Amino acid sequence: MASALRGSLVSLVKGLSGPQWQLLASRPLSVSAALCGPEAPPARADATFKVTMLPGDGVGPELMTAVKDVFRAGDVPVEFEEFRLSEVQNMASEEKLEQVLTSLKINKVAMKGVIHTPMEFKGELASYEMRLRRKLDLFANVVHVNSLPGYSTRHNNLDLVIIREQTEGEYSSLEHESVPGVIECLKIITRVKSRRIAKFAFDYATKKGRSKVTAVHKANIMKLADGLFLQCCAEIAELYPKIKFETIIIDNCCMQLVQNPYQFDVLVMPNLYGNIIDNLAAGLVGGAGVVPGESYSGEYAVFETGARHPFAQAVGRNIANPTAMLLSAANMLRHLNLEYHSNMVSDAVKRVIKQGKVRTRDLGGYATTSDFVRVVTENLRHRPVR
Amino acid sequence: MAGKAWRSTIFNLLRQWGLSINGKDKIEAQEVSRVVGALRTETPQPRTYVRGIHTVTLIPGDGIGPEISSAVMKIFEAAKAPIQWEERNVTAIKGPGGKWMIPPDAKESMDRNKIGLKGPLKTPIAAGHPSMNLLLRKTFDLYANVRPCVSIEGYKTPYTDVNLVTIRENTEGEYSGIEHVIVDGVVQSIKLITEQASQRIAEYAFEYARNNQRASVTAVHKANIMRMSDGLFLRKCREVAEKHKDVKFTEMYLDTVCLNMVQDPTQFDVLVMPNLYGDILSDLCAGLIGGLGVTPSGNIGANGVAIFESVHGTAPDIAGKDMANPTALLLSAVMMLRHMGLHGHAKKIEAACFDIIRDKKVLTKDLGGNSKCSEFTEAICQRVLDLD
Repeated sequence: MASALRGSLVSLVKGLSGPQWQLLASRPLSVSAALCGPEAPPARADATFKVTMLPGDGVGPELMTAVKDVFRAGDVPVEFEEFRLSEVQNMASEEKLEQVLTSLKINKVAMKGVIHTPMEFKGELASYEMRLRRKLDLFANVVHVNSLPGYSTRHNNLDLVIIREQTEGEYSSLEHESVPGVIECLKIITRVKSRRIAKFAFDYATKKGRSKVTAVHKANIMKLADGLFLQCCAEIAELYPKIKFETIIIDNCCMQLVQNPYQFDVLVMPNLYGNIIDNLAAGLVGGAGVVPGESYSGEYAVFETGARHPFAQAVGRNIANPTAMLLSAANMLRHLNLEYHSNMVSDAVKRVIKQGKVRTRDLGGYATTSDFVRVVTENLRHRPVR
Repeated sequence: MAGKAWRSTIFNLLRQWGLSINGKDKIEAQEVSRVVGALRTETPQPRTYVRGIHTVTLIPGDGIGPEISSAVMKIFEAAKAPIQWEERNVTAIKGPGGKWMIPPDAKESMDRNKIGLKGPLKTPIAAGHPSMNLLLRKTFDLYANVRPCVSIEGYKTPYTDVNLVTIRENTEGEYSGIEHVIVDGVVQSIKLITEQASQRIAEYAFEYARNNQRASVTAVHKANIMRMSDGLFLRKCREVAEKHKDVKFTEMYLDTVCLNMVQDPTQFDVLVMPNLYGDILSDLCAGLIGGLGVTPSGNIGANGVAIFESVHGTAPDIAGKDMANPTALLLSAVMMLRHMGLHGHAKKIEAACFDIIRDKKVLTKDLGGNSKCSEFTEAICQRVLDLD
């Protein structure tokens, strides 16, 4: 049986005569490729990368459509495996969560919108967003806040990185009513996780060539909990003598961010403070629609927007700004080692923003989401001549 | 037909109670409110003429505290504000049983006067020494911290037209101070939210909004994550909002507030929130208008006690050099005058202060000028006299 199969294969290959075989193996030279010179697109990879996709709620699905459109136009070798997990639309269940996890176990990489958490308390303390985070052990959230050239805000040329621990702290979902009318909410800080995030922050700083790490805390009030966090950061800092280590109290940090944000480089902090600073810093450079973010565990990488808002009031109105998600997608491509495609997407987005002709409403323009995406796709192939 | 029958029964009932809806024997609106008990005094009298001179406890504080306190006293004298100061020094002392407390004469003075003005206090770095602010907060049960943040014309920051008030619950939440090590390397810190405290702060927020002609109150929370504790806080705010229909009520996640705050702070009015969020947001808002050096603050306590303070540090490096900026304490004192109903004096002093800052001729170093504290004070005094 086996030999027969081999035989047929051999004959198939032979059937492809010389010139035909060559045609398949190499891409014909095109004008655009010639223009690009050294940065020519690599020959198409044999396999496409599979990526898990969770569009989430609010404008998530619209943003994901934008990403898919741009990827299609740019011939990006990524294939999405889509899962609709939503708590507000009754599309969340243990089973669904398992499916997502199984898919992620194979793919290791995901793109994710925001899974909105309904506010009503129905006995379950942990939201799906939190459970997913915990199941995957996505301990580090990284938001690189970078001003977009061409779009000026109150603070320009900002460049800072916010690293947030996101599996413990205030988000432990441990709450109880000790006596009627009195509720205790536990914040948990552990040495293991504090050290892990601190090490992550210093490794990140080393890798990206940054010079300073600032730990944000409230150890003057929460002496034990935040004190432990601070102590862990200080201990790790000693292992990285080349990187400067500083500490700042959270309220002062917020005040400094709106007065002089240029003093910060890499910031590392526990969960809730990270939530606050992420949003605050995103606001400084143009809002939730322009800042990409990513979450890491030892194994997985999830790409999302930096400030996580479902933006439900914009659903179906075609006004959401896909910049953050597209930049996040570009970061994902870089993570997948598709450097060329990553630059292609991020350059196109940045070019459109810089030109300033087509902008969504949140950046003071009049363009719709689809207009913006169309112009981005038109800019994909446009590479500067060097 | 049925509707008519109903109406006549209601008319009859009303007539039985001595009220009438018929045009002929129409009663005055005032009378109705008197029946219901809503109108206590007929015309609100300016309190100045009624009460005469008020005594206020003054805690000058440490570092630059005495300088800026005397600056405020000078300006008040120039404005002829009917305030008599009762100066008290506050340092933490150990009472019987090793409990930290503030000196009895200061406590007694505060208890009598109810109103206090306080400069910055330093907390000695010693084992077990409590924070002075925390001690005062506990002693007088100061449950609400109020910080109006209004952009100062002439003092330029990237944000213009900020006009909002943060009201922070000050007694519980993350600052309950209950923490323990469960096993080595695992710490739990307890955030306490109670029905009573949440209700009290919510009620104060709405009362404040109404008394100060503010249009809306926004509750800041994180009930999507802390579903029970912040859920309780939010529920209480909603309940109180039901009772105050004239003030618009909205609720917002803490992260959304932060995001919107730096993009467009004009959309906010009165913000009410639990302790930690209040701590963070009040400093953030202070940053919007130029920092703690120009932000006033007031603490409202149980039994009518209120302490107004500047929230900046003691600045020991410039203490005694006549370089400090008294604006924050002065604006806090203005807030105090408003709290006491002395609106005329408050307006005059505030206008004088803002005028001097707008003119940019005499400013202290931190405001971008080159003048001394005493010169700045003198300029404001002069301006106050000119305004008369």
